[in-house]
Amino acid sequence: MLKFVIKRLFVMLLTAFALTFIVFWLTNLPPNLEKLAKSEAGTRISDAEVGTWLSENGYDSSPLNRYGQWLGLLPGWTGTAQNGTPTGRCLEKDADPATAPRFCGLLQGDWGQSSVFKLPVSQVIGRSLSLTGWLMFAVMAVMVPTALFLGVLSGMREGSRTDRLLSAFSIASTATPEYVSGVVFIALLASPMSGLSPFLSGAGWIEGRTLFMGTATSAMEDINFWNFALPVMTIALYGIGYIARMTRASMTEVMTAQYIRTARLKGVGFRQVVVRHALRNALIAPFTVIMLQFPWLLNGVVIVETLYNYKGFGWTLVQAAGNNDIELLLGCSVVAVVLVLITQLISDIGYVFLNPRIRLS
Amino acid sequence: MSDTAKDTGWDPSKPILEINNLSISFFTRLREIPAVMDFSCSVMAGEAMGLVGESGCGKSTVALAVMRELGKNGKITAGTIKFKGRDLTNMNQEELRQIRGSEIAMIYQEPMASLNPAMKIGAQLAEVPMIHSGMSKEDAWKLARQIVADVRLPDPDRIVNAYPHQLSGGQQQRIVIAMALMAKPALLILDEPTTALDVTVEAGIVDLVKDLGEKYGTSMLFISHNLGLIMDVCDRLCVMYSGEAVETGNVVQVFDKMRHPYTQALFRSIPLPGADKNSRPLISIPGNFPLPHERPQGCNFGPRCDYFQDGRCNGTDIPMSEVPGDDRHASRCLRWTEIDWAAPIAKREVKQKAEIGKVVLKMEDLKKYYSVSSGAFGGGAKKVVKANETLSFEAREGETLAIVGESGCGKSTFAKVLMGLETATSGSIMLFDENVQSTPIQKRNTDMVSSVQMVFQNPFDTLNPSMTVGRQIIRALEIFKQGKSDEERHNRMLELLDLVKLPRAFAERMPRQLSGGQKQRVGIARAFAGGAKVVVADEPVSALDVSVQAAVTDLLMDIQRENKTTLLFISHDLSIVRYLSDRVMVMYLGHVVEMGTTDQVFQPPYHPYTEALLSAVPIADTKVIRKRIVLEGDIPSAMNPPPGCPFQTRCRWKSQVPGGLCDREMPPMQTLEGGHQIKCHLSVEVLNSMEPVIKIAAE
Amino acid sequence: MEPLSWGQILLAALQQFLPVWVALIVTFALSIRYKRKLALYGKLFDSPVGMIGFAIVMFWVFTAFFADWIITMDPLAQFSGSKNAVPGSALTAPDPDAYTHFLLGADHVARDVFSRMVMGAREVLKIAPAATLFAFMVGITLGLPAGYVGGKLDTVISFIANLVLAFPVILLFYLLVTPEIIVIGIPTYMAAILFLFPIFFIGILINSRYFTNPPQRNLYLGIAMAICVWAYIGLAFNADPLGVWGMSPNLLNVFVSVVFVNSPGVFRIVRGMVMDIKTRDYVAAGQTRGEGAWYIMLWEILPNARGPLIVDFCLRIGYTTILLGTLGFFGLGVSPESPDWGSTINYGRKLLAMVPHPALAPALALMSLVLGLNLLADGLREESLKD
Repeated sequence: MLKFVIKRLFVMLLTAFALTFIVFWLTNLPPNLEKLAKSEAGTRISDAEVGTWLSENGYDSSPLNRYGQWLGLLPGWTGTAQNGTPTGRCLEKDADPATAPRFCGLLQGDWGQSSVFKLPVSQVIGRSLSLTGWLMFAVMAVMVPTALFLGVLSGMREGSRTDRLLSAFSIASTATPEYVSGVVFIALLASPMSGLSPFLSGAGWIEGRTLFMGTATSAMEDINFWNFALPVMTIALYGIGYIARMTRASMTEVMTAQYIRTARLKGVGFRQVVVRHALRNALIAPFTVIMLQFPWLLNGVVIVETLYNYKGFGWTLVQAAGNNDIELLLGCSVVAVVLVLITQLISDIGYVFLNPRIRLS
Repeated sequence: MSDTAKDTGWDPSKPILEINNLSISFFTRLREIPAVMDFSCSVMAGEAMGLVGESGCGKSTVALAVMRELGKNGKITAGTIKFKGRDLTNMNQEELRQIRGSEIAMIYQEPMASLNPAMKIGAQLAEVPMIHSGMSKEDAWKLARQIVADVRLPDPDRIVNAYPHQLSGGQQQRIVIAMALMAKPALLILDEPTTALDVTVEAGIVDLVKDLGEKYGTSMLFISHNLGLIMDVCDRLCVMYSGEAVETGNVVQVFDKMRHPYTQALFRSIPLPGADKNSRPLISIPGNFPLPHERPQGCNFGPRCDYFQDGRCNGTDIPMSEVPGDDRHASRCLRWTEIDWAAPIAKREVKQKAEIGKVVLKMEDLKKYYSVSSGAFGGGAKKVVKANETLSFEAREGETLAIVGESGCGKSTFAKVLMGLETATSGSIMLFDENVQSTPIQKRNTDMVSSVQMVFQNPFDTLNPSMTVGRQIIRALEIFKQGKSDEERHNRMLELLDLVKLPRAFAERMPRQLSGGQKQRVGIARAFAGGAKVVVADEPVSALDVSVQAAVTDLLMDIQRENKTTLLFISHDLSIVRYLSDRVMVMYLGHVVEMGTTDQVFQPPYHPYTEALLSAVPIADTKVIRKRIVLEGDIPSAMNPPPGCPFQTRCRWKSQVPGGLCDREMPPMQTLEGGHQIKCHLSVEVLNSMEPVIKIAAE
Repeated sequence: MEPLSWGQILLAALQQFLPVWVALIVTFALSIRYKRKLALYGKLFDSPVGMIGFAIVMFWVFTAFFADWIITMDPLAQFSGSKNAVPGSALTAPDPDAYTHFLLGADHVARDVFSRMVMGAREVLKIAPAATLFAFMVGITLGLPAGYVGGKLDTVISFIANLVLAFPVILLFYLLVTPEIIVIGIPTYMAAILFLFPIFFIGILINSRYFTNPPQRNLYLGIAMAICVWAYIGLAFNADPLGVWGMSPNLLNVFVSVVFVNSPGVFRIVRGMVMDIKTRDYVAAGQTRGEGAWYIMLWEILPNARGPLIVDFCLRIGYTTILLGTLGFFGLGVSPESPDWGSTINYGRKLLAMVPHPALAPALALMSLVLGLNLLADGLREESLKD
């Protein structure tokens, strides 16, 4: 078991390096850097000036070298500005070059400076992550139990009316990406012009003009049902369908297994067959699916935060990418990649743990 | 709860299970498919009833109907099933639940699949009394432990705390039996309980079932396709054909005085001692098993019956009629009184014995080791599996060499090495004076490849499901560079279909439109496409029904005789091996333990393993007296074989070898008279003192 | 002009779709008539779920095909004074020969929502199936040897596939679908590599089947390769001398990215199935005949994996449609006036609370297409298991 975890961790580390390097390389392509130079030093500068600016700011070494610096595995660049003052990656403005550290990268905790927010990247990401954390937590709390419940319910009696009804629901929900369900939800529940709200406010049943709020900006300060339900439902809806279908497939397979027949022919009642015999075996597959859903959930988060204007991690990522904020985009990518890899690891370990056939051999 | 269920005022002299005119159908969207028609039988208390028939005859459906477990599509359309006088067909779910497990228990074919992989053995066992008699958890576990000991499993304390995958197949089946016995049921239904197990393991399970049946006084409904097994276990039997019971009666009377043409044909198509491929060949049943929706009018067996009379047998439905004077013996035949049952078999063509030619294949000290990593997570120490150890033998032109052994004996690895799919670790293989042991198949030339071919075991797997039959044979011809043009190859393909006695129209069919036996014939045609000189047949008939087995075996023999092919026949079934092979090689855990002519191997002196194997194979003949030798335990894993002699852990002769030699040293190959070889430490005197396992009683 | 009521809108829309109804009826009549001869496709008509799904999918396919007849106005034209007009409104200054009403209203720059939605179907169906097909070729070409040969090859390819799968798709799009990337030429390089896989696939498919008969092989291989190389030059480098094949740099970028994102998923499915099928006896029979590895992979294994692959193909077209919508939603890789559903939703969402219809129409259209594909996949799965 220990050996397995160590091996997994090694592969994970390798993946993390490979992915961050790809991101680093793609964000540091010459045109991006040129754009950066122009936005920092003035849009009308000549090509030669761009070159000077880049070399003065340490962008002239090879991508691999700069990647090493950014990680903190190679010493940060040093140089002198046109006016003769020493500059360097690790050099704070007006600080003494002698006392500056040699390494300053990700590993030293220095994530760089966001050019859009004019704040340290770590601070921007930290703030946005905590906001997204609440969103994710709410999504998980809604999505996982609902999906598992629906999946088990429809899978335990394959072909029954309940099954067909729930299957239709899950197929429809997997056909509804976040940007569709978000639009439909807002039009239906949070628009003063259409959907339910005009009726409700006309009848005087709700105080404001809409039932739910069409933006989640206020949820950044104070989360309540009316400003948070729509974003959470929007993300959860797609996942519910997907996980419920997986659970149903796994459950129907288990319910036709011979050992379930054995249990039934032992005289175990239907409820006990489901709870004692089927459930555990049926939940092994969906568990890994839930964990592997994370990359997709991040997608949902980006779309929903943009749609509902909730300034969390996804919104920050869009801002960083849209404004060529290289350091911030890199930071976001690292966080995303690490998150995904950790969930993969949990999924692997959980699978082994749930499955005695693998655990004990 | 159980007391109320068990106390129904049922009279023990009445049948415990009484099935009357039962009909079962499965309903699909297109039509109703009748699976069982007008089936009646009764089981008395303490009696063991056998249900025998080929696959698709409806025997398992009857068992499931007794459990009322026919699934969504299955329905009982007529008849009653009375258990202790109460009709099961109109019970509600709650009443059924109380009977299932406590009064009627069932044991299935696949032990691994019938145990919950995520629950401990003890919990699965203890559940039964906890549900049915409200026993406390501690008591139930205690009882579980005791029953585990009762089914003769070693170390019950460890086993109740184990998960199913930690046990071997034989142990799992014992657990399933233990589970069925937890509530001391009155009726036990066994659906092919040993089919998935090796013969020597099967023998142990059969003994256990018989003993426990006697000990607890349980009645049994025993379902099997194997007549020999039925004879070993049952008192009475019921032969089924295409959804109907065709003959029923006492085992001895049905076996010796069968009164239905199907039963007779069945017995004539199985290789009993005395059958011989040349002088007394088997007689296969002509034609095919009818599909459920294509059953003929009148007698279902009519189109395949030697005694068929037009206008009479295909006229009306045929009822069961009693055979007077016998013990509840009945037959579903209109003409049983007219047929001369004692008449000798009419046309049994005697075939010319094939001439054995020069040596074509010679193996010397062949070794094949695999290194595998142990442990579930890819890591762990590398282990060497010795799949084949010092294999030496030769095979001649026109000869049939049988390779016999149970799972894990290395026979499939041997086939792979010979075919060139794997290369040998050491030793030499001479094929037509060419050394091929380290030539993988990609490097062999077309002649070499086409002259060594293989017939595979599983008929449902041997043909590519998405290519027509003709195309698959033509592909083999193309690869073997046969024929100059597409047209020539097409004609050759049709000839090959003729050779395996399949209609030419089959060329356009897809494999799923063929029956198992027909697919196997195509597989044979494909193997002979390039004029194969050596054919490895890996259990070619073991997955087929008995009546089809005979036909396919005979076909293989005929082609061999014509082409002077060397046939390496891999099998675990000793009856068929005795019937068709010239020489036999017995393997155990990668070693050849005995080799000789068929007569030498089937007569004493035996290797102790061969002796046990012979004794384990059930024989469907009341005149055969068989010595019972039941081996202890399971076959050791090839990953970690015992030290010394591989068979020492299960050998009953071990005490006859002085000084614990068996534990320490690999025995040498002893050559007895006539070139008969035995790998054993036993002295020649002891070997010669062995008694034959099988004796045919004087009539 | 009077505005239309909802009933009239519905009638008018149904009438506009007339060519689609005719085509659907013909397709269904022919298919049901000959369903017993049509293998898996025919069996689809035994499953109600599959039929509904197929009908929805074919509705959009025919819509894309007949789009020019269906649209009521030029999808790019702006009609002054009709900004955000509600469904059914009449044009303020109608041209006497042209259509008089905005069936589903007008958007924020006064373009006809109905016509844009219809044209959007064409935009989506031009890319999604083709991109999915390419992803399948790449996934199959890599998945077959990874599953069949295993060992180090498998380890390396699987690692790369997992690498791509570990990327959140949206991040990958933000990195890959940018003008800067096009300047560097990365899409062209990726296309140059990814589009080689189909050529390779077709090449070995033909070679492994006909190598026993060289003249025949050379003929087939020659024809196939000529077409492939021609298409390759056109699609990857936009340099087709005859001008038949070609993609604009923007489109190529989107196309390549979508193929790139989808391939690892296909790879995983194919690899898993190959590992299962390769233990079958007919594969062993091929090996003992001395067949080459590629023949066994392509002709013995692949056809027997077709059921699950076809099902996954349908699901994946749906997924690709969603991805394309996502790209449009973030305004990546598409021109601003493109009528594709994703970008229409993107423009519509800004005024969503006040004027829902410009976003709602393409959103529901996209959802129904994906739903149709999912139902179709479900029907196919159900029927293919019944064999």
